[in-house]
Amino acid sequence: MARAVTQQRKIINTAAAWGVGLLIFFPILWTVLTSFKTEATAIADPPVFLAFDWTLENYSAVMERSNYARFLWNSIIIAGGSTILGIIVAVPAAWSMAFVPSNRTKDILLWMLSTKMLPAVGVLYPIYLICIKLGVLDSRGALVIILMLMNLPIIVWMLYTYFKEIPGEILEAARMDGATLKEEILYVLTPMAVPGIASTLLLNFILAWNEAFWTLNLTAANAAPLTAFIASYSSPEGLFFAKLSAASTMAIAPILILGWFSQKQLVSGLTFGAVK
Amino acid sequence: MATKHSRSAARLMMAPAVILLLGWMLVPLIMTLIFSFKQYLPLRGGDLGWVGFDNYVRFVSSSAFWPSVVATLTIVGGVLLITVIIGVLLAILLNQPMWGQGVVRILVIAPFFVMPTVSALVWKNMFMDPVNGLFAHLWRFFGAEPIAWLSEASLPSIVLIVSWQWLPFATLILLTAIQSLDGEQLEAAEMDGAPPLKRFGYITLPHLSRAITIVVLIQTIFLLAIFAEIFVTTGGAFGTRTLTYLIFQRVLESQNVGLGSAGGVYAIILANIVAIFLMRIVGKNLDA
Amino acid sequence: MSFNQALYAATAMTLVTASGALAENLVIATVNNGDMIRMQGLTQDFTDKTGHTVEWVTLEENVLRQRVTTDIAAKGGSFDIMTIGMYETPIWGANGWLVSLDDLSAEYDADDILPAMRAGLSHDGTLYAAPFYGESSMIMYRTDLIEQAGLEMPDAPTWQFIREAAAAMTDRDNDINGICLRGKAGWGEGGAFITVTGNSFGARWFDEDWNAQFDQPEWKEALTFFVDMMEESGPTGYATNGFNENLNLFQQGKCGMWIDATVAASFVTNPDDSTVADKVGFALAPNSEGVDRKANWLWAWALAVPAGTQKEAAAKEFIEWATSKDYIELVAENEGWANVPPGARTSLYENPNYQAVPFAQKTLDSILAADPTNPTVKPVPYVGVQFVAIPEFAGIATEVSQEFSAVYAGQQTVDEALAKAQALTNDAMEAAGYR
Repeated sequence: MARAVTQQRKIINTAAAWGVGLLIFFPILWTVLTSFKTEATAIADPPVFLAFDWTLENYSAVMERSNYARFLWNSIIIAGGSTILGIIVAVPAAWSMAFVPSNRTKDILLWMLSTKMLPAVGVLYPIYLICIKLGVLDSRGALVIILMLMNLPIIVWMLYTYFKEIPGEILEAARMDGATLKEEILYVLTPMAVPGIASTLLLNFILAWNEAFWTLNLTAANAAPLTAFIASYSSPEGLFFAKLSAASTMAIAPILILGWFSQKQLVSGLTFGAVK
Repeated sequence: MATKHSRSAARLMMAPAVILLLGWMLVPLIMTLIFSFKQYLPLRGGDLGWVGFDNYVRFVSSSAFWPSVVATLTIVGGVLLITVIIGVLLAILLNQPMWGQGVVRILVIAPFFVMPTVSALVWKNMFMDPVNGLFAHLWRFFGAEPIAWLSEASLPSIVLIVSWQWLPFATLILLTAIQSLDGEQLEAAEMDGAPPLKRFGYITLPHLSRAITIVVLIQTIFLLAIFAEIFVTTGGAFGTRTLTYLIFQRVLESQNVGLGSAGGVYAIILANIVAIFLMRIVGKNLDA
Repeated sequence: MSFNQALYAATAMTLVTASGALAENLVIATVNNGDMIRMQGLTQDFTDKTGHTVEWVTLEENVLRQRVTTDIAAKGGSFDIMTIGMYETPIWGANGWLVSLDDLSAEYDADDILPAMRAGLSHDGTLYAAPFYGESSMIMYRTDLIEQAGLEMPDAPTWQFIREAAAAMTDRDNDINGICLRGKAGWGEGGAFITVTGNSFGARWFDEDWNAQFDQPEWKEALTFFVDMMEESGPTGYATNGFNENLNLFQQGKCGMWIDATVAASFVTNPDDSTVADKVGFALAPNSEGVDRKANWLWAWALAVPAGTQKEAAAKEFIEWATSKDYIELVAENEGWANVPPGARTSLYENPNYQAVPFAQKTLDSILAADPTNPTVKPVPYVGVQFVAIPEFAGIATEVSQEFSAVYAGQQTVDEALAKAQALTNDAMEAAGYR
């Protein structure tokens, strides 16, 4: 009897969850589907879902017009570089905050988060002028640094919450055994913090990948990532839903696929200390 | 545990991050402050000298100022409300036994990966377009007059788009929190004959309070700065001009850096009011 | 100098002696309009002829504008050539930010550029940007629908006739709107349209002392007329319709009339994209009865070289290529005469091949009918038809057009919007030191 009830409940749960999941996913699905339609089918009334002549012409049109590989490569370098650099700077800071807390630790942490609230556009001209002075306009290096700084508070915060959950006794035991600080971090702490570091990496990679203000305003021909790629397809003369969809799909596909493959890591680590 | 030695080592380790962030905060902040007291017009030769508090007075006395503060708070508040409420419900649903849980989770978190520009473009063109959008087709199918979403219901439309993007984040954090909930406690309550609503109110919700504060804190930081969603969809028309967008208009459209910088200082003040308010709550929750 | 640089310099010097010019790599910022995309496809022809290579930075109009403005104001030097419009050119030229184009070669024939375009892209008689294509605005209408309505479109109709015709053509049951016009906020979108509509009702942005004029009866008349007409015969949600949305509506056969950029003529008559390609007629933009100004604008997308670039010579070579008569021939060969970039050169309109294109003459007439120095009946202190060529205008007009769009969406009244427009314009002009 009880078994039947749970079975029945499981069916209802499954149906509800799938329904909601598909509803949330639908805009992405629709974009991908539209990217395979002709422009005429894309705006057909009533809309066509699957029964249309699938075509790759939008993708070839986009590939012909834009150097997609270069935009993609820039996105990977900028997002990857800023994330890795951010982790390198943040791990020691988060470590010391978690294991050698002082009265001011929390203040520093909250202050770091508050730096994210300065509106970027207000400092566009200052930053632009600095980049010109340093000769780093339109360079990937400048964006790596800027995005790293933008996301650093989040990185420190995430790492801090993980490190805090690692029991201090283990570290003390390691210290008793004569481990140096460096060894302690490298061999004891790091392995335990791997899930946390992995999900921090992922989250910040996503945030850096999607950042569209600095990446658009500080780049021209050399360092422009996918955010600039999409800016060349939005609102052209005439409505090209299918081409826009193809370009959109190409802009989000890499990160979407990465996200799907690593969603376990992302999920397991994305707690911000929410779990107690 | 903390010896003198480890304390100084800790300071040393914290130094790079703190110094970098201090620089990242102070350099632009000082520049913004300096510009805000100047008549700075890039298209008229740049720096035209000090003007005292003129920019501050002008920014606030503009008819666009208070509506922009209201729009900012409406969007932030609306998105927080929607993502937290639906997020909690979704987290509970996803925590139930079912088939294909992994796949459903993938579907639900997918919007988080989409660039804000892309999601705004997709929503604006393919869903909310009053002629060719999917919503218009749907409305016509049911014999209703299609709605011009972005002009007639501009704020709700933007809240919808932004909520769609942030719902996965809220759901994920809440889901992790719910998974750590003690199942026995719930079962015991069920045995005692507590109705589902009561169980939710007395056990689940208190357990989630910490996760909810985290969601609210992190999202607020990002929501105060949303820009692409407005730039692409309404361009700030129809009451969707947030404070960030107003500053953008002053700096880039009017090319008045001094005025925009004064707006930037106000935005920092507003953000800090919100932050202090939030951190009071979060701070308490973080101690536990 | 490192070894590599030395080697590069040596190679470069050999090249100089060999071909007389250095092969450069040009970075060009441009807008993602159809004609520019076509130009990107034809870049190889330029490289073959000159040896220079080109890298394109193609951006959507609004993004492009903020990007190039920031770069030129901060002297960033990110681009060797920028695509700018008739609004930016005189302002930037006056600031000394652009390289003079008065020394282009004789065979380029700068005198062939349409006088109106040349005047709009110059400051103090010096040409600062070469027009890639130019446009005015005109009426595009459905010949079949106007016939059904029992009316005949004059060559130069009045607004009163347009309103009557729009009402007669409207057929809500069949999803046909008598008239489609821009209502979208933004100075280059609905802002441009309502400004020229204002001109054709005798309204102006500023009086001779830079006082805003939105409290004057002409503006009230123009805006009220526009709103009432769109209410009667316009599409739902026109408050968010810009060029793109209207183009799409017209191509799908949902508009009786559309008053917009002359370049749209080639899109609506292209049978590949338009369902009504063979049923489109053209007429000059309207004016209100008794007002001696039509509601048509003047615009050009033009190529300019920012001052301080290291590659000035190569950049000028590109400009000569892209805005030359030969380029027009090249496009005609590849895509047909209807698709060549219009509105830039006199010789194009003297070419019998092009005269055969149905909208050629009306386009030229519309361009000739626009006068940037006398945009309205009353005297004004500014230059520009659908804009005011001062740096503050883009910001002010965008905010004003947002107030107007709120009227179109039914969120405020005409009087409220005009009062707000008046206040914010005067305020901004005060901030900029005009008043």
